[in-house]
Amino acid sequence: MTPKGDLKMDKMVVVEGSYAVAHAVKVCRPNVISAYPITPQTHIVEDLAKFIADGEIQNCECINVESEFSALSALVGSSAVGARSYSATTSQGLELMHEVLFNVAGMRLPIVMTVANRAVSAPINIWNDHQDAISQRDTGWIQLYGENIQEVSDMTAQAFKIAEDKDILMPAMVCMDGFILSHVYEPLVMLEQDLTDEFLPSYEPLNILDPKKPLSFGAFADPNYYTEFRYMQQKAMTNALKKIEDAADEFYDLFGRYYGGLIDEYQTEDADIILMAMGSIIGTIKDTIDKLRQKGVKVGLLKVRAFRPFPAEAIRKAVKDAKIVVVLDKNISLGLNEGALFTETKSCLYNTSNHVPVVGYMIGHGGRDIRMSTIENIISEAQEVMKSGIKVESQFTDLREELL
Amino acid sequence: MKIPIGGVCEPGTTIANKTGGWRTYRPVYDYEKCIKCKLCELLCPDMSVFPKEDGYFQFNYDYCKGCGICANECPKSAITMVLEEK
Repeated sequence: MTPKGDLKMDKMVVVEGSYAVAHAVKVCRPNVISAYPITPQTHIVEDLAKFIADGEIQNCECINVESEFSALSALVGSSAVGARSYSATTSQGLELMHEVLFNVAGMRLPIVMTVANRAVSAPINIWNDHQDAISQRDTGWIQLYGENIQEVSDMTAQAFKIAEDKDILMPAMVCMDGFILSHVYEPLVMLEQDLTDEFLPSYEPLNILDPKKPLSFGAFADPNYYTEFRYMQQKAMTNALKKIEDAADEFYDLFGRYYGGLIDEYQTEDADIILMAMGSIIGTIKDTIDKLRQKGVKVGLLKVRAFRPFPAEAIRKAVKDAKIVVVLDKNISLGLNEGALFTETKSCLYNTSNHVPVVGYMIGHGGRDIRMSTIENIISEAQEVMKSGIKVESQFTDLREELL
Repeated sequence: MKIPIGGVCEPGTTIANKTGGWRTYRPVYDYEKCIKCKLCELLCPDMSVFPKEDGYFQFNYDYCKGCGICANECPKSAITMVLEEK
């Protein structure tokens, strides 16, 4: 059962989302930060650079680099010597890191990175969708998605704890919707230093790169050995499923704030229609559900916090009594005409006895506003599907046909 | 042997992997021309050139991949790349 997070009003301040994240990173006591500025991530690293310049983060080095590829490569080195390492990026910057993302995960370096999710070029667009992070889903990074700046801020500490766990040692992305969360000012309780020190022990690396005792990281593995490395990474991801839940519970015990573990549920107990989504759209969906519940529509929400590792078991359990599942995706796999969460949700139900219809909507590409009226339309179409079956399995939302 | 997490291992493990077998051309010294400048030893990317007691150099053909950098850089053209034949 979902514990109810209790926000202490007297501790709340109004700050920008990026500042809240930068503060959370500071409180996690990083040793090395390396990042390259890119909209809408810029404010996070600007704030962190200022903290370091002002001497507010002890024992921390900020490495200036000429690209995102170098930013993450610098952290490969710093994490290997045992430093708690952090970066932030988005969009093309994340795509430029692609090769290094695999290296970080393969060398089992628990780097944490904030991704201020943004659409990818071309055409160039600086606004929010999830295409950037979703396109990196197979790189071996844990991917967590936050709903508001309170959750993203707190998720940062959880991400370090999960990533650095000895049974996991996998890097983690904390995904926050660009602009919608990175540039919004809203009230929150800033991550508390004293509680975080209790929650997050210092990083104890398994191996330390040291000239006095040379080691090779990510050494050559021929066909006789490579498969087993992949298997161990998958096993670490499986371990992370429980650790993500545990981290959320431990965080709740200490801080009194909770947003779900792998998933969170809202009004799902008696729901015929269950919507699924990730990120800031969750707030809009909750408001829409509140409105429709007053009219007697049995609709609920399954919020996905962890996209990698994929919470298949938790999803199966949450939708077991639903009559229809509607998945909203801020991304598309071109050529499949489906968003990733939709495809994977269908996939995790296929070999089960639950044959609930699942439909998908691709929504909010390139920062297009998602209105409550759009969610209401989707829900009324879902009611039609409940009566007469699926006619369109997956589709674009709010397509402006007059432009085509 | 258990494989280590992250492929982390102590250096020198590829000693078992004799990469000299990849070679197509074999470097050969002409000691008449060699002036012991040491460039071949410094530039060899595989540490396959090592000094002899008399100050000249020799190749470790177990690991030399035949890249030819030594021959290319030798200021006296004292190294010739010779096709490997059965």
